[in-house]
Formats: sequence, C-alpha cells, structure tokens
Amino acid sequence: MMFAAGLAACAVALVLALVRAMRGPTAFDRLLAVNAIGTTVILGIALHGYVLGRPEFVDISILYAIINFIGTFAVLKLFDTGGLGDSGGRAKPDLPSGEEGQ
Amino acid sequence: MEQVIDILSGLCIAAGIVALITGSLGLIRLPDLFSRTHAVGMMDTAGVGFIILGLIIHEGFTLVSVKLALVGIFLFFTSPIATHAVAQVAYRAGLKPVLEEDRTGGKSGAGQAGPKARASRKAPGKAAGKKAAGKKAATKKASGKKAGGKR
Repeated sequence: MMFAAGLAACAVALVLALVRAMRGPTAFDRLLAVNAIGTTVILGIALHGYVLGRPEFVDISILYAIINFIGTFAVLKLFDTGGLGDSGGRAKPDLPSGEEGQ
Repeated sequence: MEQVIDILSGLCIAAGIVALITGSLGLIRLPDLFSRTHAVGMMDTAGVGFIILGLIIHEGFTLVSVKLALVGIFLFFTSPIATHAVAQVAYRAGLKPVLEEDRTGGKSGAGQAGPKARASRKAPGKAAGKKAAGKKAATKKASGKKAGGKR
C-alpha cells in the first residue's frame, strides 16, 4: 500500500523533472533535470519490485545508479572541454567571468 | 512486532515521498540553476535516503536489504558530487546566479535595492551582508505575484 504510494510519488516527481528538462533555459538545467529523473527511476525500480513482490529488481537499481553517475559526468565533460577524449586537462582556456553569459 | 515494523517503514516512505515531491516542485519553481541544485540535492539525499531506509526496515536483514543499502550508500556519495560538478561547470561556462533585482523584475518599491544589487552582482562575495538584508524584502514582494513564472 505504502509502496504503491511511493511509486506514484516517483511518477509525479519524474513528470515534474521532465517538464524542467524540456523547457530548461540552459543545457545545465536539462542535465540537472535528467540527473533527477535518473534518481526517481532508481527509486521507482526498487519500489516496483516490492509492489510486484519481486524484490530482486534492486540489482537493476544498482546498475542504473552507476550508469546515471557516469553518464552525468560524461555529458559534463563534453560540455566543458568539447570532447570526450583525453585532452590533457581542459581544452578551452579560462573564460573571463561575465563575458559569456547566456 | 510486525505492525511496528510496518508502521516504521510506512513512516519512512512517507517522509521520502514528501521530500521527493518538494524537491521536484522546487525544480519547477525556483528561478535559477544554482537554486535548483538545492532542490535536486533534497531529492537525492532526503528522498532516496528515507525511501531506501523504509524498504530496508520492511525487508529485514537479507541479501536484498544489503543491496538496497549499497544503492543508498552509492547515491549518498555520488549525487552531491554530480550536482556540485554541474554547478561548477555551469559557473565556469559563464552562467551567473540570479540576484534579488531579477526577482522583482525591476518594478516599483525596489528602488533603493536596485543599484546596490547591481553593484553586488559585479563583485559577488563582497556584498554578502547587503544581499542577505535585501533578499527578505525582495522575496516578500515577489511571492505574491507568481515569481519566476517566465523561466
């Protein structure tokens, strides 16, 4: 009973984060929202296992947590350096703060 | 004993639900990336922590509860790192935090707070005291008329 309520709350939180991911003004807002979506999906998988009576679904949660973390950092590196390869540090020089505002 | 365990896990999951809904509403409502990171942090720590704790209490000490604890510990350490990295890269890319003059929309009543806020925007970190003083009035004014509806 409480598990189904938690699953519904995860669905609501996922929809709200999806709205932010669709209309976020910058790419970083979208990335933050996608990170939040990943968190709610992790919780949703764990709760879903308990609702259906198969708690072994937690394994998928572990995998999803790891992929979410790695994926966030991969996209961040792509934003920051413009590539995913080993560029020996940052490819771009330091931007003067305040000149590249969005 | 069984009822006690049920009540405890139900309470923990209810607290997690409250944290999840509050965090996702904050993700919609807050005006800025740097304030939205607070909402995401709430979802990632309080929501995940309480719901995983409720599931562990319901499960007892089995292999599944150990895996649940693994998920909880992993998220507890990695999601603040990810959120901080997003905020750091966004700041380095030139995104500026929204200060109080943006919340009032430059309307009336904020006349004396305007230039001060603009000065503190150029030198962030110096005018922290002024910012905190002016923020209360600004948020009070903006809370009436749907602040941040544009973003």
